[in-house]
Amino acid sequence: MWTFIHKWGSPKWFYSMSGKLQPWFWTVSLLLIAVGTLWGLAFAPADYQQGNSFRIIYVHVPAAFLAQSIFVSMAAAALVFMVWKIKIADMAATVMAPLGAVMTFVALFSGAVWGVPTWGTWWMWDARLTSMLILLFLFLGVIALRSAFTSRDSGSRAASVLAMVGVINIPIIKYSVDWWFTLHQPATFRVTSSPSMPTEMWLPLLIMVLGFYCFFIALTLMRTRSEILRREANKRWVMDLMKEAH
Amino acid sequence: MAFSSFSAFLAMGGHAPYVWAAWGVTALLMIASVGHARMERRLLIRDLKRRARRETTRPLPSTSTAPNSLQASHTDDT
Repeated sequence: MWTFIHKWGSPKWFYSMSGKLQPWFWTVSLLLIAVGTLWGLAFAPADYQQGNSFRIIYVHVPAAFLAQSIFVSMAAAALVFMVWKIKIADMAATVMAPLGAVMTFVALFSGAVWGVPTWGTWWMWDARLTSMLILLFLFLGVIALRSAFTSRDSGSRAASVLAMVGVINIPIIKYSVDWWFTLHQPATFRVTSSPSMPTEMWLPLLIMVLGFYCFFIALTLMRTRSEILRREANKRWVMDLMKEAH
Repeated sequence: MAFSSFSAFLAMGGHAPYVWAAWGVTALLMIASVGHARMERRLLIRDLKRRARRETTRPLPSTSTAPNSLQASHTDDT
């Protein structure tokens, strides 16, 4: 177990292994998103109440799930970095933040657009909407804090602390619909019960969610590799690698 | 198929602006994220290669550039 952690914590090892894994995640992600898009947009039946505007669910829910998962992953990476000083974890946390902000924005934007025909308003200070907006500010805060220091190490530590503290917002987002039931409806999917939707509606949604997760993994691997090269630019193995490549 | 024709698909039963705005922004931002990551990698590698070439063609008096890179070849810093 320790050798496993030790290996993956080594930038050189991580660089070569992630290079092999990356194409698989891109391929699977592209396939899932293509199938999910076609199915969700053209083949899934229209909702009996909302008509076709419900098709926004196929981008809204995956983005919202992913945004929260990215924050948790980033906080976990920050914890690993702070406790064990594993630099790869900090590099991964660095590249996760912008995608997290993008996904949170996508969830908020698609929700606002969906709200117009469904709720008659694009925004309300509802608990779920507000806590998602806070998530966006947390992502932006982590990005800003990291770049606010002249020393990279100070920036990394400050961003890690904010990520670890900010994770408290995640259960608030999750339970906001049950604690303060104002506008946003409670979760459609629960692990404990079967979905309250016909199969031909939720299956494409599941496919989209998985596709979005694979997209996140692929993009994180790709950008962590760039981050490794940037931070290890003076290391012998990076120089050798750059001399080999033409 | 939930639509009778392609124009019915585009019209989304009157919800076209909402559906296509949400999907469009999502697609745009995801494609832009990939584009950014590719650009980042390409520029970085171009830079690093230029640097590596400079090192090989003109061996500097080892005091000026990257003195620690020669020693740090096998330090496995985790």
